[in-house]
Order: sequence, then C-alpha cells, then structure tokens
Amino acid sequence: MIPIGLIQSTAVTLMDKAAIEIPDDYLGGLRQAAAVEDGDLSSFVLQAMLENYEAAKEDRRAMCGDTGCPRWYVKMANEATVEGGPVALEAALRRATAEATNGVPLRPNRVHPLWRTDHDNNVGINAPEIEFAFEPDGDWIDLTTVHKGGLFGTDYRMLFPSDGIEGIKRFYLDSLVAFGKRGLSCQPAIIGIGLGGSKDTCMVLGKRAACLRTVGDRNPDPGIAKLEEEFKDLGNSIGMGAMGFVGKSMVIDCHIEVGYCHTGGMQMSVHAFCLSSRRACARIHSDGRVEYRTDPNWFTPYQRRETVEWPATQPSRKSA
Amino acid sequence: MASHPAFKKVRLKTEPSADDLRALSIGDVVYLDGTVYTAREGVYKRVIEEGHPLPLDLPAESGANFHCSPAATIRPDGSFNIGAVTATASFRFSKWIGEWLDKSGAKLILGKGGMSSADYKKHFVPHGAIYLTTVGYGTGALLGRGVSGVKSVHWRDELGLAQAMWVIGVENFGPFIVESDLDGNSLFERENAKIAAGLAKVYEGTRPAVLKRYGETDDRSDEVI
Repeated sequence: MIPIGLIQSTAVTLMDKAAIEIPDDYLGGLRQAAAVEDGDLSSFVLQAMLENYEAAKEDRRAMCGDTGCPRWYVKMANEATVEGGPVALEAALRRATAEATNGVPLRPNRVHPLWRTDHDNNVGINAPEIEFAFEPDGDWIDLTTVHKGGLFGTDYRMLFPSDGIEGIKRFYLDSLVAFGKRGLSCQPAIIGIGLGGSKDTCMVLGKRAACLRTVGDRNPDPGIAKLEEEFKDLGNSIGMGAMGFVGKSMVIDCHIEVGYCHTGGMQMSVHAFCLSSRRACARIHSDGRVEYRTDPNWFTPYQRRETVEWPATQPSRKSA
Repeated sequence: MASHPAFKKVRLKTEPSADDLRALSIGDVVYLDGTVYTAREGVYKRVIEEGHPLPLDLPAESGANFHCSPAATIRPDGSFNIGAVTATASFRFSKWIGEWLDKSGAKLILGKGGMSSADYKKHFVPHGAIYLTTVGYGTGALLGRGVSGVKSVHWRDELGLAQAMWVIGVENFGPFIVESDLDGNSLFERENAKIAAGLAKVYEGTRPAVLKRYGETDDRSDEVI
C-alpha cells in the first residue's frame, strides 16, 4: 500500500523539478543543435536559452514564465495499491498542483474558457488533466508531470490512405512552417506525431509522443523509426531556426506513435513541445522508495501491444 | 556553438527619448532599466471597452507595456514572490493596440512574436513606439533576474493574478531583440521573406491533402497571424 502523503509530497517535488530543471536528454540535443547552427540570430537565441537553463537551476526559479498547463500521467503497476484508492490519488495530485503553483511559483494559467474566472492555482474543471495507464507486474506507481504550453504548434488533420506519405509530409511541414514563423511554437522542440486511432486518440498519441519520449529514442517498428529520422532531418532543412529566424534548428527530435484506425482514414496530429520541454517523473515503490528521473518510459511494449491477450499469445498477421 | 558576430547591445530606459529609439535598428539586443507594467487582454478590455480610468499615471510612471503574466504569487502578508517572467504572443492584441498607445503613451511594447508591419505602420509609427521581442521564448529565468521588485499590482481581484496589471521595477532586464523600428520595419517579416524563398524546394515531393479546409491557403509566404 502506497501512502497517500508520499504521493502528494513526491508530486509537489515533481512540479518543482519540471518547471526548473531542463531534462538532460533535451539539453544534450539542444547543445548539438547549437553547435551546428550557423544563423546569426538563431545562434544568439540558442545561446541565451542555454544561459537561461543555468540561471533557472542556480536561482531555483522556473525556466519560463509561462509555466504552461501542468498535467499528470499516472501509470500503475498491476499489483500496486494506493491508500484511499484512485479518488484519493486524484485529490493528492490536484492538491500538489495547487500547492506548487503558489510555491515554485508557477503562473496560474488555468481559467474558465467562457467566464475567464480562476482559482489562481491551476486547478479547475477538468484541470489538471490526469491520465492513467497500467503495466503488468510490479507494485509501484509512476508519476509524470508535463508542463506544456498550450497555444501554438499543434494541429490535427483528417488525412486518407490516398494522401500517403506525401500527404503526411505536407501536413508535417505545414505545421512547422505555420507555427514556426515568429517562433510561435517556441522551437527548436521535440515534435510528436500521432497517426491513426480516432480523432481524440490521434491527438493523445501525438501529444504523448512529444512529451513522454526522450531525445534519441526510436519507435521499435523499424519503418516508423526510419520515418522519425527522416522527419527530423526534413524539419531541420526548412531554413528556419529559433524564433523563426533564418537557421536550421527546428526539430531536436521527432517521435511518431500510431494507433489502429478506420480502414478509410489516416488521422494525423502534430505537436511541438517547447524550448523548455518540461517533464519530470518518479517511481514510488510500495516499500516507500522514491526514484526520480526525466524519462517517463511511457511507451512500453505493453502500451503498444496489438494482440488480444498479454503476454502476446498470437503472432500478428504480418509476421505470420 | 558556431561563432556569430557580436550583436549591438544597448541599455535603454523604459521611458526612452525619440533619439534613443532612432538609434536602434531591428536585430539589436536591448536591456531595460526602469519600470515596466503588464497589460494584456484583461487590462485592454477593461480600459478600452469598459472605460475604466488607468490605475496609474502613464506614461509618467512607465513607457513600457509588457505582454506578460509573471509566474508570481502574492503572499498572505501582501508581499510578492516573483519567479520567472515570460511574454505572451502579441498579435492577439492587435485590435486594441492603437487605442492603448493613445491612452498609455507607451513607447515600448514588449512581448512574444511581434505584430504585423501593417500594425506597426498604422499604430506604432504615429506614436513613435517600437516593439521589442523577448528571446527564446522564454528566457524566463534570465528576465526574472532583471526584476528588482514588484512596485504594485492593480486589479488583482477584478482580473486575477495572470491578467492583473503588475508594475515591476527592472534593472538590466533582458535580453530583448528590436523587432520593429521607428519606420515600422519588422525583423520577423524580413526573416520570413528570406525563408519563404527556399520553401518550394523543401515542399518538393509532398502533396496537398485530398480533403480541403475552408479558408485554406497554399501560399507559404503567408502567415497565420
């Protein structure tokens, strides 16, 4: 049984880490981009960002004043139990969000969409989002918080099989170019692409691809992995860099996630995380141990399973 | 890091003279000293549409309007805890900016992403105002270091923390990049034009979607703002 107090205190620490500490994988990717960037203005911007991450850590202040919309991803191993159950867990995450908003401090971004009223704590109707998933074996829970900006750099389009890879590339480029101008999408960023599913799952998959996978990670499907590499290079060949200035750093990495979709369709979503790529995770074990990390390790073989039973008992048709 | 030429760096007062602004070119890097205030849709609506009087003496107290909500909190004792500050995208405030420049006398608009050169020519140039863009976006921690203190917060109850008018003392506050000059030229639009010249080649081998959208364009020199 995992104590609810431990969940809440861990969650508060995660909010602090996500807002302040740039994840190592993204920092490494950005340094590589900065090393080859030859656009004068883009290069100046990347240098300023690298200095900004240092300032944030030294001062323990948020990297970016727009601290986004904090959200939670919870993964429970099959044998994990939480004191008070899932309702208590949700309450603990809402409390941690409110407490950290005042504590770090974060910007209280969340308001009612029509009445523009708020509680100054990033908590409200359907906020923060708390999404759940499960894993076989184990008695731990993984908490991940992501502070993603919410306004630009994301788009959805209903494509069809006849659009093919050429259509996918077109929409990918359109999304980068349209929101890259003036740097609206806060590039260079990790780009997530969702393909298939239904409209809502397509958006969810793309967002998770951007926010829950690390720089250098590749999809286990070799064909998709190849597309990820190709799309990363394509994005960096647009001629645009940070803030929409002439340059070549748009995409620190590109991740693609897929879901089975209607036979007539090929849904596509594109999501840009941002220059601050704010994510932090912790595994809480039933014996009270807490391990912090920056890789959510969300997309396990179980999350990408395609068979009826788990462990897989039947080969997929393609490999049969 | 590839080597890049040193950009011209300028320390600028938040109530700059016309000569100070005339000396700036798009692409220069600016650090500010003095007082800035935040005002965005909440404040603009309240002043321009609802007719509330300004809660402070502008531009005497500050000539610099920051499109920003700080990551900040007001402690129970009334003191402030301000962490990072980062701009929000300015193009959304286009419909208010002319009247705001009239009422506020602002000479510096600070924000994210600039506005269109049409806005600069129509509204900024007649008021002798320029636009400074934040860098990144957001160098929130660096900007936070440049905050010397919160002087006051207006309309906190009426508008909430994020939309309230924060009046902030600043010292060596930056970096900002000069996005528009006194003639209404835009750095972003200059860069857009350079990039647009190469886009046809990047798009080679792609194909327009079979299902179109109303209002869609294939002109990639166009902008979404």
